[in-house]
Amino acid sequence: MSAAANPSVSIQDLTLSFGTVSVLQSLNLDIAEGEFIVLLGPSGCGKSTLLNCIAGLLDISDGRIFIKGKNVTWEEPKDRGIGMVFQSYALYPQMSVEKNLSFGLKVAGTPKEEIDKRIARAAEILQIEPLLQRKPAALSGGQRQRVAIGRALVRDVDVFLFDEPLSNLDAKLRSELRVEIKRLHQRLANTMIYVTHDQIEAMTLADRIAVMRGGVIQQLDAPQAIYNRPVNRFVAGFIGSPGMNFIDGRLEEVDGGWRFGTGDLIVPLSTYGFDKQPVAGPAVFGVRPEHIGLNSGSGWPFSAKAAVDVVEPMGSDTLVWLRLGAQSLSVRVPSERAPQTGSQVEIGFDPMRASLFGEDGSRL
Amino acid sequence: MASTMSSAAKRPSRLFRNLSAKIASVPMILTALVVFVGGTLWTVLYSFTNSRLLPRLKFVGLDQYERLWATPRWLVSIENLAIYGVLSLIFSLVIGFVLAALLDQKIRFEDTFRTIFLYPFALSFVVTGVVWQWLLNPDFGVQAVVRSLGWESFAFDPLYNSSIVIYGVLIAALWQGTGFVMCLMLAGLRGIDEDIWKAARVDGIPAWRTYLFIVLPMMRPVLITTLVIIAAGIVKVYDLVVAQTSGGPGIASEVPAKYVYDYMFFAQNLGQGFAASTMMLLSVAIIIVPWAYLEFGRRR
Amino acid sequence: MAMSQTLATDGPRGPKPRHTFSKRNIFIYGTLFVVAVYYLLPLYVMVVTSLKGMPEVRLGNIFSPPLEITFEPWVKAWATACTGLNCDGLSRGFWNSVRITVPSVILSIAIASVNGYALANWRFKGSELFFTILIIGAFIPYQVMLYPIVIILREIGLYGSLSGLVIVHSIFGMPILTLLFRNYFASLPEELFKAARVDGAGFWSIYLRIMLPMSVPIFVVAVILQITGIWNDFLFGVVYTRPETYPMTVQLNNIVNSVQGVKEYNVNMAATLLTGLVPLVVYFISGKLFVRGIAAGAVKG
Repeated sequence: MSAAANPSVSIQDLTLSFGTVSVLQSLNLDIAEGEFIVLLGPSGCGKSTLLNCIAGLLDISDGRIFIKGKNVTWEEPKDRGIGMVFQSYALYPQMSVEKNLSFGLKVAGTPKEEIDKRIARAAEILQIEPLLQRKPAALSGGQRQRVAIGRALVRDVDVFLFDEPLSNLDAKLRSELRVEIKRLHQRLANTMIYVTHDQIEAMTLADRIAVMRGGVIQQLDAPQAIYNRPVNRFVAGFIGSPGMNFIDGRLEEVDGGWRFGTGDLIVPLSTYGFDKQPVAGPAVFGVRPEHIGLNSGSGWPFSAKAAVDVVEPMGSDTLVWLRLGAQSLSVRVPSERAPQTGSQVEIGFDPMRASLFGEDGSRL
Repeated sequence: MASTMSSAAKRPSRLFRNLSAKIASVPMILTALVVFVGGTLWTVLYSFTNSRLLPRLKFVGLDQYERLWATPRWLVSIENLAIYGVLSLIFSLVIGFVLAALLDQKIRFEDTFRTIFLYPFALSFVVTGVVWQWLLNPDFGVQAVVRSLGWESFAFDPLYNSSIVIYGVLIAALWQGTGFVMCLMLAGLRGIDEDIWKAARVDGIPAWRTYLFIVLPMMRPVLITTLVIIAAGIVKVYDLVVAQTSGGPGIASEVPAKYVYDYMFFAQNLGQGFAASTMMLLSVAIIIVPWAYLEFGRRR
Repeated sequence: MAMSQTLATDGPRGPKPRHTFSKRNIFIYGTLFVVAVYYLLPLYVMVVTSLKGMPEVRLGNIFSPPLEITFEPWVKAWATACTGLNCDGLSRGFWNSVRITVPSVILSIAIASVNGYALANWRFKGSELFFTILIIGAFIPYQVMLYPIVIILREIGLYGSLSGLVIVHSIFGMPILTLLFRNYFASLPEELFKAARVDGAGFWSIYLRIMLPMSVPIFVVAVILQITGIWNDFLFGVVYTRPETYPMTVQLNNIVNSVQGVKEYNVNMAATLLTGLVPLVVYFISGKLFVRGIAAGAVKG
């Protein structure tokens, strides 16, 4: 992809296995200087494991890891030029905030004035000056996570590693700190590697997202590209909430034009941009709920009549579940335009914004 | 691999990785290998010799074992251990569970009751044995008190009656240990999901049935652990007998652990001691191996 | 129809009446009370017997309170009761037990806590194997290892000394304590350990500066477990020490079960109480922690 000539972090053929269980398989990843990379995936996909390997907290089975051009494969975590923020904050409970921040520097034998200077700077950036003498137990979740970020900050490192840092916070705090992390990245311009299972965090924060599954990076791309052009069915289903509609059917060529069909449902694909030369056979058609129009007039390349099955109000939007022949389909509409349960509606969409996946699950 | 080496930092040698942890584990490794494995193998090996005052490597095959099983005192010891073992298992489990279930009824003074039931466990077997020796003393103890109340023919003198002396030991052991079993059971009961009780109550299942058919099966892990702990303790029973009866009257309350000690350190017949202790090891293995197998099998 | 009328006006209302003296409560509290009396009786008998003079012991029944309280038996048990040739009472055994228990508790906990820490956070090849052997070793009857340890102690010149017994207690305390500490350290958030490593702290500095300050409760549990266990030991005391260094339990047994002389039951009971005093005090002070300790020691996490 867009690997810089001089990547900040470079992972080459990284393999990790515990006994016979292989967790990461020959994984390659180049991260540019100052880039914000999000590792996204369901639990157990290997994203945290990968982060721990980069940090040096796990010994890898094969491959190499470079940070700032230096091979750190066998280095101790402290010598890798990284700072790390953990999900559970991992603040030392018996030490005050100030001691928490200074512990690593003291271990490294940093002079006192330098320590004070760095703590003052981190405290200023994160606005935790009033908390410096408190113990972690006396802090709120959001304050704790700020201190944890501060602990990475004082190390004055090139690369920040975040291991699901916001997962322990409630929804409101999470969105506040999300903005703050973004602001921090804009101010410091450090390389940041951020692990999460929350796609909102991934979409909002990342320069590039690496969607992982089973220890393999499925897609590495900018957030919009991942959202609009998922490379396979897994990525398509994982990204987006509510999830993409999938319809199983067949891809056929009729009169020189391609179309997708199952039962009575026939979708012409004249506007769809194929990634590769299509072949007739089984396929999966995917369309996002927000890309389907409901009673929104004519002019869609595809339109049909459907019955309203269930209506789920979600506040600003409403999710409408429809029955279209034998298929179940969800459509996202503004709440004021939500139809009644049981009524008949007209739907339409443009296959240009849809995704087609072949039998092996990859994008067609 | 060769190309990987070139630009890399010094690869720490395998032996020196985690060196501090390895150094810190030296006592554990020594204990495990030298004392537990080494000591056990040594004893088993020397049980096939005719060592007497000092251990000597002069092998005599199974002679020591043949002699052991021909010694009346050993046979009495084994019989006592079997009676004591089976009964103390049953009684401590049943009493422990019933007490735990009673304490689990959200009663008042729970802490007080638990403190009372458990305090004997803090006392040593020697203290336990001495106290019960006094309580069961036929001239002054329970028997004398009941007789002085008018029941002249009352007879309860286990410590002076060779046919029931082991029950006297059992009473003392139960007094000392049931509180502990109760505590384990209580911990197990507290680990059961409250919703199970709510569901049983809504379904109208009587409490005793819930305990017997729902809760008890759910406590299987705790029960097995308790069972193993009690069983391992039973085989080791020694100080209690020494303090309470000294193995008497005659040899009526002898136990294997005492047999081993006496032959090793008094009778100067090491070979017999080794053979007897190997038999003890064997009996523990019979208890532990199936349990370990189950534990291990379940984890897989 | 009339029924529903009555229900509407006279039906139950407000809190359900509770019967303090319901059948169920009488059964529960009654049973618990009887059992509690049974458990307390031996302690009571010990105390009253130890406060009676010998003539009264011979006359009266063991449950009756002393007519005339005397502390003579306590004094005798502590200072002048005879075991073999020594006639300086249990005081000798008491101090021996103190000199055995204190270093044994410290050494065994120091070793086991570091072991547990290494096993929880710094696994190396084979560490789990050694641990498994250690745990299995906890079930091997002590009798199997008694003599090999005699030989080892004799070889390093510590047989019969208090230091030798301290080592033996540390060895046999290791399985349960290591398990206790390993499970405790493993239950601490692993991220804390990772954060400390990123901060550059090593094996000992993480142990001393991060883990230790967080582990005070489990250390208290271990201390309770070890004080009672080592103080109450009889077998190792009798095997690995000499008469002049016998711990209190061994001496108590020798006083009570000595064949010579007239049996002085009141002195015996005073001696018994004295011997049980230390663990009892630990038990009553520690309260719930003791329960936690034995449960933690017994039930694997």
